[in-house]
Amino acid sequence: MDATEIGLWGVPLAILGGAIRVSTPFIFVSLGEAITERSGRINLGLEGTLVFGAMTAYAVAVVTGSPWLGVLAAAGAGLCFGLFHGWICKFRGVNDIAIGIALMLFGSGLAFFFGKPFIQPSAPDLPAIAFGGWSNIPQVQAALNVNVLFLIGAALALFLWWAFRNTRAGLIVRVVGDSSDAARAMGLNPNTVRLLATGVGGALAGIGGAYLSLYYPGSWTERISSGQGLMAVALVIFARWNPLGCFAAALLFGGAGALGPALQSVGVTQGYYLFYAAPYILTLIIMIATSSPSRSLAGAPGELSITK
Amino acid sequence: MADTVSTASAPALFGARNYPAALEWVARRAEAFVIPLAALIVGMALFSLFIALVGKSPVQLYVTMWRGGFGSWFSIQNSLSRAAPLLLAALCVALPARLGLVVIGGEGAIVLGGVAAAAIGVAANGAPAFVVILLMGVAGVVAGGIWIGAVGALRHYRAVNETISSLLMAYIAIALMNHLVEGPLRDPASLNKPSTEPLADAYRIGNIPGMDVHWGLVVGIVACVLSWLLIEKTRWGFAARIAGGNVRAAQVQGLAVGPLIVGFTGLAGGFAGLAGMLEVGAVQGSANASLAAGYGYTGILVAFLARHNPLAIIPVAFLLGGIGASGGLIQRRMDLPDATVLVLQGMLFVVILFSETFYGRFKVFNPDLWKRGS
Repeated sequence: MDATEIGLWGVPLAILGGAIRVSTPFIFVSLGEAITERSGRINLGLEGTLVFGAMTAYAVAVVTGSPWLGVLAAAGAGLCFGLFHGWICKFRGVNDIAIGIALMLFGSGLAFFFGKPFIQPSAPDLPAIAFGGWSNIPQVQAALNVNVLFLIGAALALFLWWAFRNTRAGLIVRVVGDSSDAARAMGLNPNTVRLLATGVGGALAGIGGAYLSLYYPGSWTERISSGQGLMAVALVIFARWNPLGCFAAALLFGGAGALGPALQSVGVTQGYYLFYAAPYILTLIIMIATSSPSRSLAGAPGELSITK
Repeated sequence: MADTVSTASAPALFGARNYPAALEWVARRAEAFVIPLAALIVGMALFSLFIALVGKSPVQLYVTMWRGGFGSWFSIQNSLSRAAPLLLAALCVALPARLGLVVIGGEGAIVLGGVAAAAIGVAANGAPAFVVILLMGVAGVVAGGIWIGAVGALRHYRAVNETISSLLMAYIAIALMNHLVEGPLRDPASLNKPSTEPLADAYRIGNIPGMDVHWGLVVGIVACVLSWLLIEKTRWGFAARIAGGNVRAAQVQGLAVGPLIVGFTGLAGGFAGLAGMLEVGAVQGSANASLAAGYGYTGILVAFLARHNPLAIIPVAFLLGGIGASGGLIQRRMDLPDATVLVLQGMLFVVILFSETFYGRFKVFNPDLWKRGS
């Protein structure tokens, strides 16, 4: 068999490579959202944060020449959005879901406003590590070209999983998320904890955005995000607010997202646009399968409005 | 969302001796006007600050916005044309909101309603115009209604969160439209911009006599008035408001909450689908990617600004239609990105939601507190 002609094997290989490539923003956004939701609030605005993070990272990388400064700036911008969401939601009558929708539109609007001059110039990419050097098949090499942020995301998922169970901060977030009253009885201020949790969640979503513009697809356009921020919210519910589950689900979603391009690469063009809908259909099916009208979701934070 | 169930009739209270009662009547209702209006002004002030910070003149911006959206008969007609789909898209958010549901995927119903209408319009070629346009309308309503009705059904029978599912459905709808427009329904003659076959001229929806605004505006206003009547004056609307306040209480009362939710979300989606049909029939002439122009998302803002009151949607849609219409002029005259309008909309949205916290806080609006003294 010719090494470069691997035929239909290219499909699962491309899906694997795609899963690794496409999943990174999902990992960061879903981990951020997991922290926020564990504290009892939901931030639907992460979609806007993702887009604004992508723009910020790209702009900073173009100006300074350093992609890592771009990632840092995106995290900072995401932090600001998250803190704003966390602050405004503490007022009586302000609905966290509605504010999230507003911030989704506002974040995208701001990103398009400031990002206009950066559509043309090209920014330096984030580095990737070639794990596929042992193979001489180009498809394998391409699939195993893993970006550093993916590895950081994987480590972060592991760390958060550990931290939620074993650290004081993890316990505080979980208590606040399960019962505001219990938290107050412990002398904790739920609003402060949620403010910080939403802020950290926003920062992680900003990093997810940086990956989009600085690695894959690797340029800043107004169509850079296609709902990843929102799918990540659904993904957190599917993952039962477990960081390791978020990581696995993100890989699954990434694979679904890579289905269309993978099939196209081996010449399947029929229904190309329908395959593009695969991640959304998958998310919807998972939501239908895991929700139930008669019982609340296992592991759901008690104060979370979306599962009530 | 706070809701007033009290419906004291106004004329009886406006007797000469009943001056304090009349004042109370005004005070109770003033809150719903004063707070959103104040929020609108604060939002625009914040936006002025933003424009000043990026080095442009806020005064010039608002003058340009006025000229582009409201300053002349030409621009008013332009704004009204943009308001037409916004009216229907906002109903897609406002009707479910009365049941306590946050549905934000109206864009999907618009897109599918447009595709369904275009497909019927081409398939029924040759039939009388009246019949074809009616069929197109039905197709749009049914397609949109099924799409958003499914969101309501999933919510009630499977407890799937409607906010996320409706948005996912919107993405699926857009992919479905791309598939149909590039594949089975594609007009081979449309090269650069894949579209369905164009409608015959006889089946295009024309303008309101004496105006350069298509009939969709009338359809939208009628839909808003009917929705208001449905919510405020019928037993279904009453039941919906009870279920929106407390689902359990409604179920205990024996209200059929499931059919109510599916019916309201289906109707909401039907309106959005109708907006898509009007875009095809009156503006585009065929279904193509232009259907996903963001009316569904601006409609969310319109509905929240109107506090989900169908009658309030009419002026708000005109206002936001005007702001949208002025975007091009702002871009040309002031050298600002076209996203300027999006920033303004986002700011207004955040401030409006924040203003929810002020309801019930001002003594002026609550006559019950007057009597107790200070």
